[in-house]
Amino acid sequence: MEILVCVKRVPDNEENEIEVSADGSDIDRSDIVYSVNEWDNYAVEEAIQLVDEHGGSVTVVTVGDDESDEILRREMAMGANNGLLLKDDAFNGSDGKGISTILKSAAEKGNYDLIMTGAQADDGAGQVGGMLAALLDYPYASLVNKVEVMDDKKLKVGREIEGGNQELNEIDLPCVLSIQTGINEPRYVGIRGIRKVASVDIPSMGASDLGLAGDAVGDGAAKVKKVDYFVPELGEGAEMLEGDTDEIIDKLIELLKAKGGLK
Amino acid sequence: MAQLFAYITYKDGVADDSALELIEAAKKIDAGADVTAVVTGSGGDLDTVCNEMAASYKEVIKIDNEALAYPNAEVVRKALLNVLPADGIILITHDTFGMDLSPGLSIKMGSTFVADVVDFEGVDGSTLKIIRQEYGGQVTTHVNCDISAGAVINVRPGVFQPDESKGAAGGSVTDKSGDAGDLTTGRRFLEIVEAEVGDVDITKSEVLVSVGRGIEDEDNIEVAEELAEAMGADVSCSRPIVDQKWLEKSRQVGTSGQTVKPKVYMAMGISGSFQHMGGIKGAPFIVAVNKNPKAPIFQLADVGIVEDILDFMPELTEKIKGM
Ligand SMILES: Cc1cc2nc3c(=O)[nH]c(=O)nc-3n(C[C@H](O)[C@H](O)[C@H](O)COP(=O)(O)OP(=O)(O)OC[C@H]3O[C@@H](n4cnc5c(N)ncnc54)[C@H](O)[C@@H]3O)c2cc1C
Ligand SMILES: Nc1ncnc2c1ncn2[C@@H]1O[C@H](COP(=O)(O)O)[C@@H](O)[C@H]1O
Repeated sequence: MEILVCVKRVPDNEENEIEVSADGSDIDRSDIVYSVNEWDNYAVEEAIQLVDEHGGSVTVVTVGDDESDEILRREMAMGANNGLLLKDDAFNGSDGKGISTILKSAAEKGNYDLIMTGAQADDGAGQVGGMLAALLDYPYASLVNKVEVMDDKKLKVGREIEGGNQELNEIDLPCVLSIQTGINEPRYVGIRGIRKVASVDIPSMGASDLGLAGDAVGDGAAKVKKVDYFVPELGEGAEMLEGDTDEIIDKLIELLKAKGGLK
Repeated sequence: MAQLFAYITYKDGVADDSALELIEAAKKIDAGADVTAVVTGSGGDLDTVCNEMAASYKEVIKIDNEALAYPNAEVVRKALLNVLPADGIILITHDTFGMDLSPGLSIKMGSTFVADVVDFEGVDGSTLKIIRQEYGGQVTTHVNCDISAGAVINVRPGVFQPDESKGAAGGSVTDKSGDAGDLTTGRRFLEIVEAEVGDVDITKSEVLVSVGRGIEDEDNIEVAEELAEAMGADVSCSRPIVDQKWLEKSRQVGTSGQTVKPKVYMAMGISGSFQHMGGIKGAPFIVAVNKNPKAPIFQLADVGIVEDILDFMPELTEKIKGM
């Protein structure tokens, strides 16, 4: 099975406290640690396991810049066979549809049976997988938490739905799946693994390599545009308990007693 | 202004709470607009929901087809594509069904998609002004969306409060089943596998000590268990804790986990994403302990404490034990 997994380089939610930049045009990117979008590691792990069992290869692809090279290498250190960087100034300012259009062109250059994305990335849109499927005219399933190969024409997939219930579907290949966290346990990547792939050549493709007209993607084509970042005026928020830890704990215990939180 | 539609989800003949929230969302787009409800399905449940919706929506479109008996997003997408005008503005709830349906629907409609909208600031020409959050609610953005060729807008559940004085719309139901067209798709629904029941039923707990990614390591779960024991509480958690298999899925609070209704909820190292908070009902007293003073949970909690939970929890446990 030939599998393409879409991955994105994002500010690491665990390592950073994300704040609005001084002028509100972006988040504050000084001292930001980047990593692979959490969901994408689960997608790559699932792809590697499927190939281990059924043969084939895993290609990881990203629409990014020179910095994105490092996340492709990380996923290759996990066990992905190939990397592909899609990079062009013409891609800047793309909205979700633009990113999906770029990925579609790349997908059509290969011969993939299965394409995977993460369920969502840093801005919580969860859109690229579904858009890519529709552009390719492939069937789609989102929030997938189980993949089982039935035969070379179809998969059985589980979707995680409300309440932790699972919706089982049969889906024809080729298809696009967006992967939910928890489907597997992504393997650990050590320094040695990264070193092994440090000098592997990762091809890069731009708009003309992909046969994309300049006005089909990028800022000019984008119909969804971020204006600014801001801190909303919300309600009162929590009453903050202050003082030294001892005082805080005493206050908290009083409150808990009053609210029935201590038995 | 283009026509506004609201896609209604329901279960066992009862519309989801979000069915009326979408009316309020539509009013924020265009105060004077009449929103048309769109209900798909098959048989008696569908009719029940259409009639229920006619009390709140002036117009209801019904699409009845056996292929729609289970809401498989791939099938629903085809039906909507054949029934609704491409330049309409279609509001859909941002839940696991809306996430499945909407991005692809917008592509097929040739319209614009925006996910997980928390507020609208009206329309300016062909620009719809939208408010969204990013990074799990840590920052908020203004987004401009070109709706000249229609739009599919996913609305966050629970943010638009429905009008209590509902029920007087006197709407009519139009049957568009004949327009649904060919509904065969490459994805076929098989069955629902119900979530497993765990050792403790946190939906019945009165006090919960809930741990999030701030617990940092599997070995630290014990620290929360000790606090819970001292308080007479149960331990619950956020999703990443279950993903790492540190606690059972039955302990997960949130939209894709359990819905809990405790008296007191202690959120320890939890950031406060809407999927987590969506699992907390009944307005409990929420205490949040987080080392980041800007964590979104502090907007949602009753009491906030900026501390490292790994230091704070053991100290709290000791004090409670000594009482
Ligand atoms: C379709 C879908 C369904 C989902 N369903 C659910 C669900 O049911 N339940 C759920 O919980 N999530 C769910 N999620 C995931 C959700 O979006 C968030 O990713 C998740 O809730 C984050 O969990 P968290 O708050 O523990 O982690 P984070 O967002 O990483 O927050 C950790 C917090 O801990 C703080 N912290 C770190 N270390 C310490 C320390 N030592 N002391 C004190 N504070 C510390 C940090 O400042 C941060 O605020 C779902 C996502 C999707 C896409
Ligand atoms: N720039 C990108 N390059 C490659 N894949 C992406 C990119 N942006 C998003 N994706 C994929 O789409 C998924 C969902 O992202 P989003 O739709 O942005 O929330 C991610 O988990 C990735 O798999």
